[in-house]
Amino acid sequence: MSTEEFSVIGKPLARVDAWEKVVGAARYADDFFLPRMAYAKIRRSDHPHALIKRIDTTRANALPGVYVVVTGRDFPAVRFGILPVSQDEEALCTDKVRMVGDPIAAVAAVDEETAERAADLIDVEYEVLPPIMSVEEALAQDKVRIHEYGDGPNIHKAVAFEFGDVEEGFRQAALVREDVFFYQGNTHLPMEQHAAVAQWSPDGKLTLWSSTQTPHYVHRALAKTLQMPPAWIRVIAAPVGGGFGGKTDPFSHEIVVARLAQLTGRPVKIGLTREEVFYCHRGRHPVSMWVKTGVTKNGEILAMHFRSYVDGGAYGSYGVASLLYTGALQTVTYRVPRYKFEGMRAFTNKPPCGPKRGHGTPQPRYALECHLDKIAEQLGLDPAEMRRRIVVDEYTKTANHLTITTCGLRECIDRVVEASGWREKHGKLPYGKGVGFACSSYLTGAGLPIYWNDMPHSGAIVKVDRGGGVAVLCGATEIGQGSDSVLTYVVAEQLGIDPKDIRMATADSDLTPVDLGSYSSRVTLMAGHAAARAAERMRILIHEAVAKKLEVVPGELVSRGGRVFVKDDPERGVSFAEAAVLAETMHGTLACAGSYTPPKRAGKFKGSGVGPSPCYSYTACVAEVSVDPDTGEVTVDRVWIAHDVGRALNPLLVEGQVEGSVYMGLGEALMEEQVFREGLHKIPSMLEYKSPTTLETPEIYTILVETVDPEGPFGAKEAGQGPLLPVPPAVANAVYDAVGARIDEVPISPEKVARAVELKKQGKPARVGPERLPVFTFPEPVKVASAFGEAADPSVKRKTQV
Amino acid sequence: MMRLPPFAYLAPRSVGEAVRMMVDHGPEAMFVAGGTDLYPNMKRRQFEPKVLVGLRGIQELVGVRGEATTGLVIGAGTTLTDVAEHAAVRGHLPALATAAGLVSTPPLRNMGTIGGNVCVDTRCNYYNQSYQWRRAIGFCMKKDGDICLVAPGSPRCWAVSSTDTAPVLWSLGARARLVGVGGERVVPVASLFKDDGIDYLAKARDEVLTEILLPPVDGLRCAYLKLRRRGSFDFPVLGVAVALGLDGGRVKTAKIVLGAVASRPREAAEAGALLVGERPTPALIAEVAEVAARPSKPLDNTDLTHPYRKKMTKVFVARALRRLAGLPDSPRDEEEVA
Ligand SMILES: Cc1cc2nc3c(=O)[nH]c(=O)nc-3n(C[C@H](O)[C@H](O)[C@H](O)COP(=O)(O)OP(=O)(O)OC[C@H]3O[C@@H](n4cnc5c(N)ncnc54)[C@H](O)[C@@H]3O)c2cc1C
Ligand code: SF4
Repeated sequence: MSTEEFSVIGKPLARVDAWEKVVGAARYADDFFLPRMAYAKIRRSDHPHALIKRIDTTRANALPGVYVVVTGRDFPAVRFGILPVSQDEEALCTDKVRMVGDPIAAVAAVDEETAERAADLIDVEYEVLPPIMSVEEALAQDKVRIHEYGDGPNIHKAVAFEFGDVEEGFRQAALVREDVFFYQGNTHLPMEQHAAVAQWSPDGKLTLWSSTQTPHYVHRALAKTLQMPPAWIRVIAAPVGGGFGGKTDPFSHEIVVARLAQLTGRPVKIGLTREEVFYCHRGRHPVSMWVKTGVTKNGEILAMHFRSYVDGGAYGSYGVASLLYTGALQTVTYRVPRYKFEGMRAFTNKPPCGPKRGHGTPQPRYALECHLDKIAEQLGLDPAEMRRRIVVDEYTKTANHLTITTCGLRECIDRVVEASGWREKHGKLPYGKGVGFACSSYLTGAGLPIYWNDMPHSGAIVKVDRGGGVAVLCGATEIGQGSDSVLTYVVAEQLGIDPKDIRMATADSDLTPVDLGSYSSRVTLMAGHAAARAAERMRILIHEAVAKKLEVVPGELVSRGGRVFVKDDPERGVSFAEAAVLAETMHGTLACAGSYTPPKRAGKFKGSGVGPSPCYSYTACVAEVSVDPDTGEVTVDRVWIAHDVGRALNPLLVEGQVEGSVYMGLGEALMEEQVFREGLHKIPSMLEYKSPTTLETPEIYTILVETVDPEGPFGAKEAGQGPLLPVPPAVANAVYDAVGARIDEVPISPEKVARAVELKKQGKPARVGPERLPVFTFPEPVKVASAFGEAADPSVKRKTQV
Repeated sequence: MMRLPPFAYLAPRSVGEAVRMMVDHGPEAMFVAGGTDLYPNMKRRQFEPKVLVGLRGIQELVGVRGEATTGLVIGAGTTLTDVAEHAAVRGHLPALATAAGLVSTPPLRNMGTIGGNVCVDTRCNYYNQSYQWRRAIGFCMKKDGDICLVAPGSPRCWAVSSTDTAPVLWSLGARARLVGVGGERVVPVASLFKDDGIDYLAKARDEVLTEILLPPVDGLRCAYLKLRRRGSFDFPVLGVAVALGLDGGRVKTAKIVLGAVASRPREAAEAGALLVGERPTPALIAEVAEVAARPSKPLDNTDLTHPYRKKMTKVFVARALRRLAGLPDSPRDEEEVA
């Protein structure tokens, strides 16, 4: 297949929303100003862990300009949370706070200044409890409990699986190696701070505009927490100014403005401060990891045992899924015939962690790829060549029952090795300069929904107007990743029209069919399929009508270039607008729906729901760095990255996603960290939470590899998250190549590098990283036969070779 | 978003008028120039002035006058961009151009002034936080509280002098002109600072810093190195300003001034003295750097750890001196070159 056969797909077109975003015309949630609107502010906890003894709102209520002050008692006593198994959040905390920043009370007032002043006038009395700030403290404290539920005191969840006998694998191995790593937590830092506006109509229905990646889940949470019929609630996702997973949970402020709007009879807006965004968090979990791998002398993996100790923060959020993700995808990149995973997630009194770009997988990827680098060195093998040899086989299953379809990883490896001059550089650059290598894989959409149901994961409606205009209605949420553009391209290709003739109406629970949301790299594949199917149905209706008019059979027609014409006689045809009139005349109002449900391929064991995906993307990365041995500063000079995207529906957008992922990965690798002091976030600001600027962003050479996966629309796989994964380990491995020091802990800060260089000078082991792991006894593993090497189910379509 | 507290803004047209307004409104009032330091601080309620006396409309405060050979005069209201890009400053006082050009970001340098930079508030990561954050941790004595959270037993505040240009101006021997109700005085920049995180300026409330007077440049070589995480945005967590007067390969005068390691810029006088009369050889530079790091006493209240900042003082002083001596940054590179 070549892109020549397409008019729109594969072309580097400008995004459909480029202009409105560049000129500032896009209306984000905080840009909404409604008549009579009030402003809300939330009073948040000053303590990391405390009982609320008393809340006195007298002084706040007395302040002129205040409309209403609410506490948790003004809401139905219902908890919420993104996962059905972790319903542990309250709109406003009633009896207990679990972190600094937990919401306690809220004010609606005439303006933001007044609301803020009133919030500060609320008097809260606490009974302070000992704060638990780390996994170790969570385990040590069995008397003080953050939550009453879970798999043990302060243990949210503990899991263990064994696929095949790993001990047997270790016995056969030529080399068995164990390593310990730590990946520090970090946050999304989107440019846009969360905002929401709520309005009640006179007939008692609620509309909420919010900067959310998952309006459908917000819709469900509002219905639950306000105890209202979902039919009376409309949730609209405004264009989102960056999400990266940070706007994927329903949040207390969304519920609070809804209630305040109801009580005041006014529209109510809330715009969070940057500091409050740090408290919403749901970012990268800090994870301590232990990995043990047995390999042959050629580096073939015989068995792997992986443990993760996950610091969850104050609430469940996506935590159970995040925990499982720290163990799910190790097997998707390289052949791992026997695999054992043990993991636990602890509650701590910090902002809750959740899904950040790569959800739960950058941490184990860091551990695994640094670990493999050490193994390659020990075996005297080239780390790129060794990995190339052990890449998974297409159309097989992994030990943990995940189905691999296409895999372009070997080509990715070859291309970055070639482009970067890897063979001439690795181990050969002067002291202080180095190159590092790493690979990864990521899912293209979670195979299972967040709440149990058998309905489609995505739906779209294509509506054709008498003038030839096309509207696409879809629940998908544009968070800057380009979903509106991708859906436009898909429909334009199917109908043979100019993308400009298409208007997108998205993410509105009243008007658009459900799409589960912009998370897990699912939108291009799932909403893309839904839109493609709806458009295909529309094309059939149109061709039927045009065929009748032209007196041909529908199969002889094609739609392209804004016309519908006879394939073998292109002169014979009609414009798309004329075709629309013919079709509406024949069929009545033109609207077609399409939907998509992913294949059900999860293994038959509890916990198998996290990991399955229609298909997986693959990435290989080489980072070239300069290390200043005196200061420990690491400068990333260049990054080469090859990504198997299945098919690039628009190469410009894919490159944008890859570059953004590299940038974000470098931030995690080198400087970003969520750190706490005396129970408080130490640096909740854009100035002090260090995230790289354009000046720290190196030249990025992006190579797109196309495998045309049978599961993706036009063969497309994901690009939004996977390319982040190999970046931190590639940098760590490059630092080792440059100065011979292992930094087994991100961020790779200058002080750690300087310390490691110093150790090396003293002739000590040149490693900086965790020395020990939390002491925890995992449950007996669920033993499941390894599915490694089994052929993919017959339902999996193999790609047709072209 | 974070909001400013309410205040009245006054716009004097002359220094005299500004001083009078300040006197009229007493302790409720503050001067503001570019506002790039003061306004964000006000949003966090680190300052809650009822009246701001704006200096932006005072023409006499703006511009660089004179010749480098006889001594440049820089108006306090000159923006950092204009200082950094000024031909004579770049040509003769490259350390000053560097320091001004490294402050925060381009948009802030277009607003921020050199006067504001010299007077910039001291910083501490227990203090540069929102009102709500500070309430949560328990306020400190620099604002709203009575103890120091970095050094709990301490009777004083250790907030960090974070100006980039002051260490350079000090090393160059610059002077500052101050105009207040009591008249006008010219003092060395070196005596403008006090070793106290709260009361850090030796300047009366009503005194306007009007100009910076630079000495004639004569065989002077200078350098400024700044330690921070990123190439933009970040305040210094260590600044090293070095100025050497050279005479035929020998050091005639030497001033090494450290920024961001104490509540005021600190001169490493003992280290500077070691250089005078000598040739700056690699061995001497190493020794001087060792001695220069002694007055560096960072505490745990900025980005990066304080032991690291202390360690880097030595590295940075050595680097600055090596650059002025025409040597590569590190002795290691020297061996490689040789
Ligand atoms: C994100 C960010 C990053 C920053 N990074 C840096 C950095 O890297 N290095 C750095 O040095 N600074 C930095 N700053 C601080 C600030 O931008 C600069 O110091 C700037 O030069 C201040 O000048 P200004 O004119 O804006 O001062 P203003 O904010 O107007 O005033 C600062 C203080 O000086 C007083 N003042 C101003 N002018 C006079 C005068 N003529 N006479 C008497 N008193 C006066 C004011 O009363 C006030 O107390 C940063 C600020 C931000 C927000
Ligand atoms: S040094 Fe101490 S008193 Fe000064 S700002 Fe920091 S915590 Fe407050």
